[in-house]
Amino acid sequence: MKKYSEEHEWVKLQNGIATVGITAYAAAELGDITFVELPEKGKTFAQGEAMCVVESVKAASDVFIPVGGRVAEVNPRLEDTPELINASAEKDGWICKLTDVNEKELEGLMTEEQYKAFTAEK
Amino acid sequence: MQLIYEKSFPGRRGTSLPELDVPAGNALPPTLLRQKPAELPEVSELDGVRHFVNLSRRNVSVDTCFYPLGSCTMKYNPKFHDRIADLPGFADLHPLLPQLRHGGALTQGALAVLYETETLLCDLLGFAAFTMQPLAGAHGELTGVMMMAAYHKDRGEKRSVMLIPDSAHGTNPASAALAGFEARTIGTDANGNTDVEALRRALSKDVAGIMLTCPSTLGLFDPNIREICRCVHEAGGLVYGDGANFNALLGRVRPGDLGVDVAHVNLHKTFATPHGGGGPGAGPVGVCEKLVPYLPTSRVMKRADGSYVLEYQFPKTIGYIAPFYGNFGVIVKAYAYMLTLGRDGLRRVSDAAVLNANYLRAHLRQAYHEPFDRPCMHECVLSAKHQIKQGVHALDIAKALLDAGFHPPTIYFPLVVPEAIMIEPTETESKQTLDAFIQAMLDIARLAETDPARVKAAPRTTPVARLDETRAARSLDLASRPAAP
Amino acid sequence: MPYVAMTESEKQQMLAQVGVGSLDELWRQILGAETLPSFERLPCGSSELKVTRHLAGLAHRNATDLMCFVGSGFYDHFIPAVVGEVAGRTEFSTSYTPYQPEVSQGTLQAIYEYQSAICRLTDMEVANASMYDGGTAFFEAMMMAVRITGRRRAVVLGSVSPIYRTMLQCYCSNLDVELVMTPPALQADVRSIADLLTPDTACVMVQYPNVFGVVEDWRPLIEAARERQVLSVCSAYPMALARLMPPGQMGFDVVTGEGQSLGLPLSFGGPYLGFLATWMKYVRKMPGRICGRTVDQNGKPGFVLTLQAREQHIRREKAMSNICTNEGLCALRALAYLTFVGKQGLVDVADVCAAKAVFAREQLLRIEGVRGYDVPFFNEFVIRLPVEAGEVVGRMIERGFAAGFPLGRYFADRRNELLVAVTEKRTREDIRGLAAALEAVLNECR
Repeated sequence: MKKYSEEHEWVKLQNGIATVGITAYAAAELGDITFVELPEKGKTFAQGEAMCVVESVKAASDVFIPVGGRVAEVNPRLEDTPELINASAEKDGWICKLTDVNEKELEGLMTEEQYKAFTAEK
Repeated sequence: MQLIYEKSFPGRRGTSLPELDVPAGNALPPTLLRQKPAELPEVSELDGVRHFVNLSRRNVSVDTCFYPLGSCTMKYNPKFHDRIADLPGFADLHPLLPQLRHGGALTQGALAVLYETETLLCDLLGFAAFTMQPLAGAHGELTGVMMMAAYHKDRGEKRSVMLIPDSAHGTNPASAALAGFEARTIGTDANGNTDVEALRRALSKDVAGIMLTCPSTLGLFDPNIREICRCVHEAGGLVYGDGANFNALLGRVRPGDLGVDVAHVNLHKTFATPHGGGGPGAGPVGVCEKLVPYLPTSRVMKRADGSYVLEYQFPKTIGYIAPFYGNFGVIVKAYAYMLTLGRDGLRRVSDAAVLNANYLRAHLRQAYHEPFDRPCMHECVLSAKHQIKQGVHALDIAKALLDAGFHPPTIYFPLVVPEAIMIEPTETESKQTLDAFIQAMLDIARLAETDPARVKAAPRTTPVARLDETRAARSLDLASRPAAP
Repeated sequence: MPYVAMTESEKQQMLAQVGVGSLDELWRQILGAETLPSFERLPCGSSELKVTRHLAGLAHRNATDLMCFVGSGFYDHFIPAVVGEVAGRTEFSTSYTPYQPEVSQGTLQAIYEYQSAICRLTDMEVANASMYDGGTAFFEAMMMAVRITGRRRAVVLGSVSPIYRTMLQCYCSNLDVELVMTPPALQADVRSIADLLTPDTACVMVQYPNVFGVVEDWRPLIEAARERQVLSVCSAYPMALARLMPPGQMGFDVVTGEGQSLGLPLSFGGPYLGFLATWMKYVRKMPGRICGRTVDQNGKPGFVLTLQAREQHIRREKAMSNICTNEGLCALRALAYLTFVGKQGLVDVADVCAAKAVFAREQLLRIEGVRGYDVPFFNEFVIRLPVEAGEVVGRMIERGFAAGFPLGRYFADRRNELLVAVTEKRTREDIRGLAAALEAVLNECR
């Protein structure tokens, strides 16, 4: 199940593990991404908390965690190739994987269709 | 152009240096000596001079071309100011001298400059006192909001929120945060003014105050400013005035009269001291009577006998914001500027600054979108809204201006206007210069219609073309390292 | 009217274009009912000649022939004329922060070369484009350590300049950061300081050489800090680094300092230059402007401001710092100074300073009742007088000498101590004169 937040993050839940990243729309808005400050492994965040920062030439944006959980893994490739997010925001450019996910919180997020409509308004 | 390090040759010496006329020796600990000299340049004086002179030729500046950078007030910097700041009586003066016994007598001239500059600024802005300590505009903001924090704390009030209009400079929220405040944004209404209704709703006993820029970064005078000040005061808050745009008000309007409690001015904008390619500036802060006890220490006082003295005993002071008395070498230039222009001259500065900006506006609004249809003050904010239909952005227009021989206006600020182009001509430019600029802007607008690709290919005539900023940020090269031995 | 180009006839033409009959009408449209203020103290304008005479008169009321042995972090070094000449080019001074890199390559390359010079002098990997002064740079370094460690406590040594310690206190007054000041000592007791480095400590902050002019080996303290994951920050005197083990080699995490000694006049307290350098692993936590080398569309090398996304004009209240400008022209001066003095020249200047300081100390210690401390120093040292030093300094001023800084002003238990700085500008005769005058003054006081 893949869901989207109003802050332009996506989250995909599989076997209790949530993979999180920023949306292709957000990546395009930010432009060439130059650096990702990855979240700290082992750290627990509540839904909506800022977990890391994505930098492009003209902006540095907080990434707000779309569901609460504990950071179990971060995408090691982003350290050297932040441009992965531009190339593949919703696949290879994932940012982290969470355990201890509060699955109920997913209900409040948007579906892909809803998110498409949400960004179309902008 | 090669780096100075690449021009170095082992063993080459530069300038003549003072000789050793005592026995050689030192008291350095032998275990803590540097193993080999730092790899600094090794060039002759002539090669060094050529390097810097050629570097300077790769810059444009107010002294080479029109530089209408909005919000930065790039006016002419009179040359005799530099001569004055370089006088040995000022340039060679050690800042600790007045802190020595009988040392005050040896710094009367410098203390007079500080005191008299404060006095003139008080008169010009309508304040009770000024501190000359802040070393730049943002430093002045910080000083001001720290005084606001001290005021509320002293009254036993916990007020943690600072209101900041969305059109404000980014330094405002950053300064508020550094003074321990939570920044809360207030919107702009359809006319480009601060949204007074939103402000009223935001006011509470948690609000320490508001940081207003007057005129706003949209170049507009807010007709509600007195009302805004009244509302904030009624709620127990204070009003900070960001004086970055004070050039528009010189001799016409005094922030203190409007109800502003504390404000900074940028000597490097309004008072014609050079910007220096990004500093040094100076950001003196003025306060109304009730904030005087919180001013940074030390303060210069004038005794009954006409002599000047530094005072330190102010129990409620926020403390030391700078190591000494401010950027003295900048302050003395601003003092000379105020004395030269005087009350009438300063008023003519704002007259000409405002008329020049409105003259540009009158011509350029034919071709560029104007977000707010009303007379501006010292700068006019337009946008590239019409041009983006052809794929031409504010950035492209800026780069095309480089080829026309002008420094571009500020772009993409204020943030509340998408594709903003913010033009501040200042009072020191002649009508001929403005006309040439107008022509260039209209030519670019026409070219954006007929041949947008050409606009997007600019600049072509500069020492380098558009630079790869993504590469700069991804593969950081921030210093040249010495070659391995 | 000076500096306003507009003539009366042009004004009328322009008003017509704007569509108003007069300036008053334009002002009324903008300001509404606001009325003109009247000024009480602002004078009428004066000519350039008159203003120059007035200010030259004020300059003349300051001491111009005082023999300066006062340092305390701000030194009367020789500045070759060529430094002011090239840094005075108005293509540099009358430009703004280089936001348009295509027409600012001069400023940008100079910043890059300045950053490189600071890295080479401190033996660090990266430096920013400069800050207001040594004190604000020191504070920013502390905030960097707070951001990097997530801890909110800083241990500041008592041998850091009181000027910087009071500035830190001022800046921290509204922040949730605890400052712990250790007692001032000529030489630090590493073990007792290490005990203060608790698990919630972000950094330990020292000065090199310290405020008493003493050169200390900070390696044991840095080591103790590192064992506790505490960062080490220093404020260094750049001229001393020509000869001393660079802070980077010592192992500091952040190095700051006052750059005034690198070609900037004393100028009664400013403008000065704060430098700040660190390691690449911390670069994204470093405040201030940073210039980077890149290429243009055609592959030609060039320079831009980079990592700007962290700064206040984009990040607003979440920015690394509220600082907007650097001290561009001062950094340029420092670069010019380091260029013209050069690699060997800087070592020579430092050697001359150090030798003259040794000579001066010997001369002064020959005076009856004057004592010293047996500690390593660079160009500044403490002597103990038989009487209160502040009084002696006052009398020395009447004899034409700023003999040093009386430490009693900062440290109550050091009332008889005088901090004497010697630069390359003081000659053998000047130093002998100082000793003779001090001897005479002390005889008066007895």
